[in-house]
Amino acid sequence: MKTEFDHLQAAHCETGVTTGLMHHIGLDKMTEPLAFGIGAGLFYIYIPYIKISNGPAIAFRVMPGLIFKRACKALGIPVVRKKFRTKEESRVALDSRLAQGQPVGCQVGVYYLTYFPKEYRFHFNAHNIVVFGKEGDNYLVSDPVMEYVTSLSDYELERVRWAKGALAPKGQIYYPMPSSEPVTDEHIARAIRKGIRSNAWVMLNIPGHIAGVSGIKYTGKKIKKWKDQLGLHTAGLYLAQLVRMQEEIGTGGGGFRYMYAAFLQQAMAYTPHGTLPEASALFTQAGDLWRNAAVQAAGIYKGRLQTQGDFNQMGDYLMEIAAVERKAFTALSKIKWTS
Amino acid sequence: MQKEDVPQDPSALGQFTKEVCYATDASGKYVTELSTGWEVKASALDAAWKDIEERVASARQKVIDGKASPILFFMEKRIMDMPTLSAYTGFWKWRIQRHLTPKGFARLSERKLGKYAEAFGVSVDQLKSMTLHED
Repeated sequence: MKTEFDHLQAAHCETGVTTGLMHHIGLDKMTEPLAFGIGAGLFYIYIPYIKISNGPAIAFRVMPGLIFKRACKALGIPVVRKKFRTKEESRVALDSRLAQGQPVGCQVGVYYLTYFPKEYRFHFNAHNIVVFGKEGDNYLVSDPVMEYVTSLSDYELERVRWAKGALAPKGQIYYPMPSSEPVTDEHIARAIRKGIRSNAWVMLNIPGHIAGVSGIKYTGKKIKKWKDQLGLHTAGLYLAQLVRMQEEIGTGGGGFRYMYAAFLQQAMAYTPHGTLPEASALFTQAGDLWRNAAVQAAGIYKGRLQTQGDFNQMGDYLMEIAAVERKAFTALSKIKWTS
Repeated sequence: MQKEDVPQDPSALGQFTKEVCYATDASGKYVTELSTGWEVKASALDAAWKDIEERVASARQKVIDGKASPILFFMEKRIMDMPTLSAYTGFWKWRIQRHLTPKGFARLSERKLGKYAEAFGVSVDQLKSMTLHED
């Protein structure tokens, strides 16, 4: 059995799955940047004292599943999401959806994801794929980070759907249902405004100093101390982890800034405002700065840059990014929409 | 970032897919462009794997020196941290802590050894002897 589903390659897994599944229910206008912006997906947090794979815990995105949930809610699209207690239940639920012609979003772990090369397989459990059919023992898989569709055997799919550890997917499936009334451009415009407001609020006003724009600044300050606190070797590994969290598929810090800039450009078509292009340019600048910071970090973990001055420069990049993003979100938060 | 500046460096990524990047065209409009990888990212991944290999080697030495049990070796080999191993085996962290010592390991029942072996994807014999055939 095979459902009608057009594979869509995307920069990020969750926004890709969200966009693909929305196309499936007839919302062809949805693009990855729109889904990202409406879902208010831009985020930043650095949690000190917690370690992930022996390095710092840094995220550039909101909690897994949140972009999908918010985007659907803002557009008035009903959502089905199910977690399961047993593998058997989760398999039956998936198969019955597929038999009804429903492509299904699945949260999976990447450690046992056989079509990924070994280098990318860490215990990261918040990857998202669409399962859109079954042929014999093989499930047909549309993974948004892949150029082409792929497949997983019964056993392989079960193993990734039941990966364990942090953010364990528990067989979780989700998909949007066709909404009772069609999604109009006015709906999309409203959802865009809502997404911008909520993302700006979170990045500027989230309490505490470890998240949002102030979290970026905080990380910058911390990095300046890493060389003394951790020693050159560990500090280098920490920076390598920062870059991996920032640029690797499925996370993307610099990439997310570009995607948000693209979102603001596309928003102009639905709800024009003079501030949008300005803010979009600022996010492009922020994205460029994140990339410069990554180049600087690479200089350190490759051992080319080793002085405290180099760490200071690295920290300053993050301070500068925080300032640019603060400016952009402040401008966005002050928009008074006329309509 | 402009479309022409999207990096096209060789990387492990290139073995299985190209990735989508958002970049601006000549008029400043955002478009997507495929990238084969970026050297900066590839080297971050290399650094992470080099660290893992060092941890594996050091764990192996600790086991040989009688300072740790093979569970430490396989934890590093399978890049599992304590919460992950705990989730896969169902053992509490403090118990795993105990099994990480050669003494605690020696006292493990076959059933418990089996749980560890399953979590690491090896046989009990391989677990005990710290041998691994790469898949």
